[in-house]
Formats: sequence, structure tokens, C-alpha cells
Amino acid sequence: MDTAIDKDETPQKSTAAAVFQRVTETVSGVVERRTWPKAWYIAFAISCCLVVLLGISLWHLFFTGIGIWGTNNTEGWGWAIVNFVFWVGIGHAGTLISAILFLMRQTWRTSINRSAEAMTIFAVMCAGIFPLIHVGRPWVVYWMFPLPYDMDIWPQFRSPLMWDVFAVSTYFTVSLLFWYMGMVPDLGTFRDRAKSKIKAVVFGVLSFGWRGSAKQWHRYERAYLLLAALATPLVLSVHSVVSFDFAVSQQPGWHTPIFPPYFVAGAIYSGFGMVLTLLVPARYLFGLGDIIKKSHIEAMCKVLLLTGSLVAFSYMTEFFIAWYSGNPYEGFTFFNRVFGPFQWAWGIMAFCNVVVPHFFWFKKCRTNPWIIMGLVLLVNVGMWFERFIIIVSSLTREFVPATWDYFVPTFWDAATFLGTIGMFLFLFLLFLRYLPMIAMSEVKAATPEAHADHHGTH
Amino acid sequence: MSEHNQTNPPADGPLWGLLAEVSTPTELVSAAAKVRAAGYTQWDCYSPFPVHGIDRAMGTKPTILPVLVFMGGITGTGLAILMQWWMNAVDWPWIVSGKPYFSLPANIPIAFELTILLASLTAFFGMWALNKLPQVWHPLFRSDRFAKVTNNGFFLAIQADDDKFDREATEALLKEAGATAIEAVHLDADPKKKKMPRQIPAFIAITAVAALVPFACIAKARTSKSSEPHYHIIPDMDFQPKAQAQQASALLPDGRVDQMPVEGTVARGELKADDHFYRGIVDGAWATTFPEQVPPSKESIERGHQRFNIYCSPCHGLSGYGNGMVAQRAEKIGSPNWTVPSNLHQEYIIRQPHGQIFNTISNGIRNMPSYGAQIPEADRWAIVMYVRALQRSQHATVADVPPTLRQTLR
Repeated sequence: MDTAIDKDETPQKSTAAAVFQRVTETVSGVVERRTWPKAWYIAFAISCCLVVLLGISLWHLFFTGIGIWGTNNTEGWGWAIVNFVFWVGIGHAGTLISAILFLMRQTWRTSINRSAEAMTIFAVMCAGIFPLIHVGRPWVVYWMFPLPYDMDIWPQFRSPLMWDVFAVSTYFTVSLLFWYMGMVPDLGTFRDRAKSKIKAVVFGVLSFGWRGSAKQWHRYERAYLLLAALATPLVLSVHSVVSFDFAVSQQPGWHTPIFPPYFVAGAIYSGFGMVLTLLVPARYLFGLGDIIKKSHIEAMCKVLLLTGSLVAFSYMTEFFIAWYSGNPYEGFTFFNRVFGPFQWAWGIMAFCNVVVPHFFWFKKCRTNPWIIMGLVLLVNVGMWFERFIIIVSSLTREFVPATWDYFVPTFWDAATFLGTIGMFLFLFLLFLRYLPMIAMSEVKAATPEAHADHHGTH
Repeated sequence: MSEHNQTNPPADGPLWGLLAEVSTPTELVSAAAKVRAAGYTQWDCYSPFPVHGIDRAMGTKPTILPVLVFMGGITGTGLAILMQWWMNAVDWPWIVSGKPYFSLPANIPIAFELTILLASLTAFFGMWALNKLPQVWHPLFRSDRFAKVTNNGFFLAIQADDDKFDREATEALLKEAGATAIEAVHLDADPKKKKMPRQIPAFIAITAVAALVPFACIAKARTSKSSEPHYHIIPDMDFQPKAQAQQASALLPDGRVDQMPVEGTVARGELKADDHFYRGIVDGAWATTFPEQVPPSKESIERGHQRFNIYCSPCHGLSGYGNGMVAQRAEKIGSPNWTVPSNLHQEYIIRQPHGQIFNTISNGIRNMPSYGAQIPEADRWAIVMYVRALQRSQHATVADVPPTLRQTLR
């Protein structure tokens, strides 16, 4: 079993206390260091600018209306829903790492689960913006919730769009609880290491006065296991429900039962792409090489290879069914994807999602950080284009040729999307700066020194 | 063993217990087994991570948390089904594409999500509640040594209120169990610091009261009446950028929103060349016959009856005596500007030609407004026909009753 801290990599044979001390120092050191890498400041400055751009875009949108986007009567979903599905998908890797790999006892997850969960939460926050602003009048968005408001009517629960409201908000809530609960013991560490009174009080309150009692750990571990067991079906359900937004409609190209598993595979693929995009640089900038080890990066690349192949298989199934069903509309939709006006977008998607993951067959591609970064950026691009193809190419060529149109995004489409990328980076950089980015207590528990039977006594 | 006490500036109160440190998780497990074997009950172990095997060594009973989480999940399922049934099938039956009001398959996704949500909330909050956290004022935090518990320290503490607690004997037991350091932990001498800081309950109380405010506002809004329009945060629907009738327009050459038809043209259905049907005039005089489009028939009179009851009866009354509900109320409240509606059975109205009554309905008279915009021509003629029938009914003689029915009278 691969563990987070490998004893052989430590410079001297050290005592258990020294091993645990080193984990604490390494992780707390990231937050406690005096000077931060220049790259952090540059990235933070860029993300701040993009957050301002997001604010301006939303302001303009609220006071002018969604006519500022490229959406039209034919293409009513546009970039807003493309971005929504993209960001929700990103989030899935975090829950997969924290819940499913936990249930499978993959201890290597302890080095990356905290930051992957943070990524989940920030990605779902970005995702949540889009359906909200896409409704046109976001200030009455509370109509989507079962509240006794002044019109005295209730939401229509048989609509997949309502299922989506419940799925995404449940997903956000559960991810947040899971993330926070996992962080409480580490916030206790920050409290006990705090040099200033204010820090001690803030982290003391945030850590709920955690004191690591065995009776408390017992209930804590049980709750953690239960949350992992609950989050596992949840994460599979969320992207399934998102895919119902499409699959339950009658639209050619959407109305297929393969959508739920296809969307879940794509979500994990895109999510692992984003985890690597964030962690490969963070690992080098903060010297976390002996906690997030090369083998962990390699494992994630292998997950990309697997899920990328699943996505490619889904594409093939879609094409096969489009032909085999004998449905002329379905057949035309897929012919149109490859040879129609959005051929260029389909080409990008096919290259990034079908060809790119197969580079990870080669060990060099799984170990060289520059190659990994290049490939995972392509994965992110490819998955964005997958949603673009599903939404835009289907809607712009519907049943009746009289309604056909082309889709051209506007400046504000791009500004809003870039703005959410900025918000995502902004939140993630703040997370790196102020919170424990690696689950210290879990990493310690996964060391050989932590096991009573390691010394042959128990 | 109390060498660390000088670093705790506040005065020590009564003894809380003895804190022993051991160096490895393995030693913690074996020390726990020894303390348990010695029969202590009020004690606990402390470690930076969950130590494998400690629960068995301490004899910790399995937590009830999974049962609570299961109940939370079941509650979520039940609530979701109940909510969807009540909201979509009972309180506001939604008609959507002929689907049944309540259909379980369509309700499964939300039932599933709420199951997970309530189970997760129970797991999270239930765990903290069972652990009696948040508690930031525990006596162990008075020990500097104890700060290592979140880093690399392993501790075992026996409380002074344990029945078997004896300062010397307990200390000896801890030493024998492998303690590398033993320290007495005292409660704070200041009784206030033993308990929750006073700000916390105050904060909770204020938050709880503040959280009730929105509900109070909703309750008030739902039980009281107001003549004010709804409050709109963004009044985009109240002030729409569109042209309305009679407004000025900056776009059109004559500066008016309302445009005349193009000269020499007539809009579809707007020709209205038939004077008899559209204006009730035949050869320059009020028509005394009904137009050919509305021939006198039972169907026409029934249509007229129905339209009369809708449009005319509120003022003129169901039998045409000018005593409709509106008229009665105006009389009752003594409205100063009220003109009494005409009694349709007055001699001069009975003598008016059909065309003149048609004209009165179309264009209004005195205080009566025009009904031309609401009632199509054919219906206006049908009303005239019904008014004629009403008038005749109120001045009927035995001769008006068909001979076959005369025997049934009286």
C-alpha cells in the first residue's frame, strides 16, 4: 500500500514524534511562511482583475438583460449553461477523491483530498452563478425554491430543472460540510501553533475547541465514514441529474439514456484535469514534493486515462446509436456535429478528449510536470468544448430548418466566463494562503508510525 | 509535575485531573488498556489523529450516530415525498402535459437529494452534538503541554471526579503505564472561566431572535391586508421600455405612438359597410328589424340572455328594472355622483326602435359607458332581442301565452 509519507524518503530514521512533527511543519509552513512565491502574487493579482471583470459583467447583465449575450431564440442556453455544466463537472473529482477513494481505502488520497474538496466547493460556487443569472431576473430566483412567497404557488417538481436545483444545492451543502469537518482537527493545529492572540481566537472558534479526545475521534471517524458513504451516491447523482436537464427533453442529440453515465465519466475526467492543473504548480511552489508524491500525480494521470477512455467510448456509443436507431433527426444531429458549422469545435473536443488522454500511457508523460500541465490544460479545454458541442450544435440545428441559426458569443459571454475562472482562482489562492491545504491528521494517520501494529505489539 | 503551572498566569482552582504524556500511539493503546483494567471510568485519551485499536483498548461503546443518520435520511425521504405530493397535487395542482398530479417516478430525484441532505446534516451536526463541541473553554487548554495534541503529542487524562481517583495511586499507575511526563491540570479559580463565556449564549440568543424576523414578516404579510402594491426590488416589470397608447413617440414622424392606417386602406375586418348590422340604421332612420346576421330565434335570445346577465344586469338588474347590485350599493352608500340606471320597462324605452337600443349599447348614453369595445355586434343584437323579450314579459296579457299552455296558468 502506498502511503502518504514513505519512511524511506525521510533523511534520517526518525521517531514517530519527529515524523508527525515534520508533517505539521511542512503543511503549516505553507501558511506560516513569511515570503510567498512571486507566482502566488502574480496569480492573485490576475485573479483579482478577473473578479472585478465578473462584477462588471454581472452588473451590466442585471441592469440590461441577457440580450447582452450571444443567446437568441434558437440557442436559448448558450455559454451560461455550457459554463454551468463545465464547472459542476470540475467539482466531481474533489468528491470522488475525498469520498469514493476513502471508501476504497486508497490512502494516497490523503495528500490531495483537502485541496480537491476545496476545488469542488469553489467550482460549484462558480457553477451556481450561471443558472442563477441565466433565468433573466435573478432577483426572483427564490421562486425556484418551495417557499410561501406572494404568488402563492409552488415549484413544479416533475421538471428536471427543479431536480437540478435540489441536486446542486444539496451537493454544495454536503461538500461544504465534508470539507469543513475534515478540516476541524487541522484548524486545531493552527490554533495551537498561533503566534498572535487574534489568530488563536479565530482558529480556536473555527476548530470548535477540538481537543483530539479518543471518544471524540471515534464519533468523528464514524461521521466521516457516513458522510463519505452519503457523498458517494450523491456525486454520482448530481451529474446524472444535470444530464437529465438534457436527456429528459425531446431534443435530438440530448434524448439518450447514455447521458447519466456519460456525464459522470466526463465530470470525473474534467475534475481530475483541474485537480492536476492546480496541484502540479502548487506542489512545486510550496515544496510539498514529499507529501504529494510523484506516485500520486501518476495515479491521477492514470485516472485521466481511464475516464478519458470512458468518455471516448461514450462518444462512440452515441454515434452508433444515432445510426442504429434509424431516427433521421438523431442521425442528422451527429452528422452535423462532425460536418456542420461547428465542425471546428467538434474537432477540438475530439482531439482533447479522445487523443490527449492516451499520452498518459507513457511514463514520461505521467512524470514530467511540464508535459502533464500541457496535457491537463488541453483536458480542461476539451471538456468545455464537449458541453459546447452538446448544447450549441444540437440547439442550432433542430427539427425545423426554419429555426436554424449560428451561435456567436459576445464580449460579455467571454467576460463572464473569464470572471468565474478568476473567482475560482481567487478563492483557491486564498485557501492556499490561509487554510491547511493538506489534511495533516489524515496524513499522519496514514504513516507507518501511526499504526500500533507497525511495531508488532498489537 | 506541576512545573508548567507558572506558565498559566490565572490562579489555579480545584484539581481537574492528571494529564500523562506518552511518546507513541502504540504506548497510548497499551496505557489505555492498563487504565481501563484498573477500573477507572472518568478518563480519556488524546491524540493528533485517530489511533488504531484505541477504541477496543478503552472499551468505547459504538456511537449511536449511524442510527440517527438513518433516521435523518428516512425523514428526508418522507418529507420530500410529502412536500411534492402536497405542493403539486393538493395545494396547487400543476397541470403539465396531462401528467398525473402525483407520480412517484418523477419525485424520486428530489426525494433522493433530500434523503442525502438530511442524513448528511444529521451526521455533521449530530457528531458535534454527541461530542459536546464546540467547547472552547475546556480545562485541558490551560496546559501548555497539551498544545502538542494537535501536532505529535499523545496524552491520557484521568479526571479527579473519578471514584477511584487518588492523587498518589493514580500518578503511580500512569507512571507504570509508560507516561514520559505527568502534569496536574486545575480548573480555573475564576468560576466564570469554568463555564461558557457569557458572550456565547448572548450571541446565540440574538441570532435566534434575528432569524425569526423574516418569518414574523411573512406571517404578518400573510394575515394582514394592504392597499400598497407589492414591493419590487427591481421594478423592471413596472416600468417597461415599450410604447403605450396615447404616448408621444420620438421615433415616429408625427410624434405619436398611435398611427393612423395607411391612406386608402382598410384593415382586415374593419370595413363595416353594413349600416344595419354595425350601426342599427336603415335608410337614415333607426332600424326596426333585426339584421339578417342575427335572425330572431330561440338560440339568439338565449345568447342575449347570457350576455345581458354578464354585461347589463350589474346595473340594470336581472329583470331590467334598474336595480342591479351596483345600483343597490350606490344607493346604499349614498354615492353623490350616481346616476340611477334606467328602468328598461319605461314606456319611452319600450317604444324605441331596435336600432336605437343597439346604438345605446354600442356608444353609451348619459353616464352609461360604451360597450362597443367589449361586446361584438352580433351579441349586441342578441341583447337587444333579449331586452325586447324582457319588456314583453313584464307587460304580457293572457293573449301572449300560447293557447296550448293557457290551461296550465293559475
